[in-house]
Amino acid sequence: MDTFAALAHGMAVAMQPMNLLYALIGVFLGTAVGVLPGIGPALTVALLLPVTYKLDPGGSLIMFAGIYYGGMYGGSTTAILINTPGESASMATALEGNKMAKAGRGGPALATSAIGSFVAGTIATIGLAFLAPWLVDFAVRFGPEDYFALMCVAFVTVSATFGDSPVRGLTSLFIGLTLGLVGIDKLTGQARLAFGIPELLDGVEVTTLAVGLFAVGEALYVASRRHHAEEKLEPVRGSLWMTREDWRRSWKPWLRGTLFGFPIGALPAGGAEIPTFLSYSTERRLTKHPEEFGKGAIEGVAGPEAANNASAAGTLVPLLTLGLPTSATAAMMLAGFQQYGLNPGPLLFAERPDLVWGLIASLFIANGMLLVLNLPLVGLWVRLLAIPQPWLYAGILVFATMGTIAAKPSVVELSMLAAFGVMGFLMRRFDFPIAPVVIGLILGPIAESQLRRALAISLGDPMVLLQSPMSATLLGIALIALLAPFVLRGLGRFKANED
Amino acid sequence: MTPDTASENLPRAPVRRLDRVGVVIAAALAVLAAVLVWDASKLPSTTMYGMGPEAMPVVIAIGLVILAVGNLIDALRGNLPPRESMDPMPVWLIIGGLALLIGIIGFGGGFILATSALFVTTSAAFGRRAVLADSAIALVITTLIYLAFDKLLTLSLPAGPLERLL
Repeated sequence: MDTFAALAHGMAVAMQPMNLLYALIGVFLGTAVGVLPGIGPALTVALLLPVTYKLDPGGSLIMFAGIYYGGMYGGSTTAILINTPGESASMATALEGNKMAKAGRGGPALATSAIGSFVAGTIATIGLAFLAPWLVDFAVRFGPEDYFALMCVAFVTVSATFGDSPVRGLTSLFIGLTLGLVGIDKLTGQARLAFGIPELLDGVEVTTLAVGLFAVGEALYVASRRHHAEEKLEPVRGSLWMTREDWRRSWKPWLRGTLFGFPIGALPAGGAEIPTFLSYSTERRLTKHPEEFGKGAIEGVAGPEAANNASAAGTLVPLLTLGLPTSATAAMMLAGFQQYGLNPGPLLFAERPDLVWGLIASLFIANGMLLVLNLPLVGLWVRLLAIPQPWLYAGILVFATMGTIAAKPSVVELSMLAAFGVMGFLMRRFDFPIAPVVIGLILGPIAESQLRRALAISLGDPMVLLQSPMSATLLGIALIALLAPFVLRGLGRFKANED
Repeated sequence: MTPDTASENLPRAPVRRLDRVGVVIAAALAVLAAVLVWDASKLPSTTMYGMGPEAMPVVIAIGLVILAVGNLIDALRGNLPPRESMDPMPVWLIIGGLALLIGIIGFGGGFILATSALFVTTSAAFGRRAVLADSAIALVITTLIYLAFDKLLTLSLPAGPLERLL
């Protein structure tokens, strides 16, 4: 199907009044939850997953898209106003944005990040709409061994290549892979790592893991270091609007940020961290006002924020076309699909074009709604930020456990939630990255079944992995990506040098 | 948390040769690998071609052993990132709150009581001392959540004595 026709069809789906309402609820909830300090987009989606249980798949996916983009917008508001980025992708925004807020230029900082996110999100969603069908045509020819090799690339890049320590990243990944083994093996029906506990036969729920690691773990971590200086909420003073000068200084960083964000997000290279920091250092080099960097330069907000949103749309490319999540948020989106028994990939494009294209079209709508919602309503979001910390975290934990209680009100499931919370706390404390655990849990079982399918077809001959040129190339890339950080120890550290 | 605040606020831990936590982590990974192999050894191999269900746990166990060695090397060299001082009391309060929640749900105390208990302990962990006021707030909020989700969204939340009054 022609992309334009498909997109027009998707627009028609997304513009139905009920779906517009879902999109509106999604962006509203997404922004409201995302703006709370310490809550990034991945946790926003995980927390709101149970809310969408009872809706029809189309409507709830549209709501999801809204939550996803809304969480991104909300996260940057927090980063700018209280310097507690909910996730590493907002760290670059916090660098200059918080300085701007302290200097009384919080309004323009929020405006450039909202408009920049809109510009980047729109361009990147257009990119998604045109890249996706092309990639789907390509992916149809993938055999199970190619999928397995592709997932190996994702495993390595997400955990080892770009983190601070490949050993700790891989440790996180393997904990996730281990959790993915729990439950009944889909091919033979045998129970693995269930230890005779009936609740474990269904496997570890992605939402339980994500909410435990992100929400409970974060609450424990923040509570444990409460005696460290608390970050102050900067009031938004002065004009909310950008001056002509601000516009002049912002538009190029928006476009450059998009150029960094979308391709890197679309590659299975993991996360928005790299493009945001690349964009930050580029703007710092190109600016005509180098003296302002470190004191609140608007370019340093506009670029990374655009890069962040563009890469969020970019990660949807491998997610929708290959079923390959490359960030914690994308993993949560995949869990959202799986909740309805839908598996993203070439097949979904063929079987449910209304769903996929409705989702892509609703991304445009969500983006527009967010721009309209965010600037006038910024006062409301700021008030949410002023909730006293004890009630805020108490409320987050009540909401977090509610999701699990609603889905599976069992002592075992709640104990798992608590255990994952403690694990998340320890991982934060001892500097283990968290996203690879979630990716390992969700992608591990898929990778295993692809590998076993490939080996079953080849009658057990492992050479099938090297006989397919595609799979051989991908495995080679995975190997290089695995060894590179050990060989070039400086590669993963450009981030540390940056600040 | 941005990296610069992390390095500003606290004195860097003196460089130690041996990191005890790192050794514990390495040992825990090795134990996990042993559990995987033990569990896989109980699975009968029934697959004719290719991999059975017991193959992947063994592969992951091998990976875990290699990572245990990697973590051990990091711990022995003492090149783990510096850690901040922490206050254990709030952590135990929240864990206690979670235990209360699990207990109340387990014994049929219902959603409102269970989440209220968690709310009050968490809020105390973050420094609030007004337990009675917080309990009142918690009961009102959780009752509203219960009504909204149980009645409007028809999610079934566990009912106890309080829920039956509604």
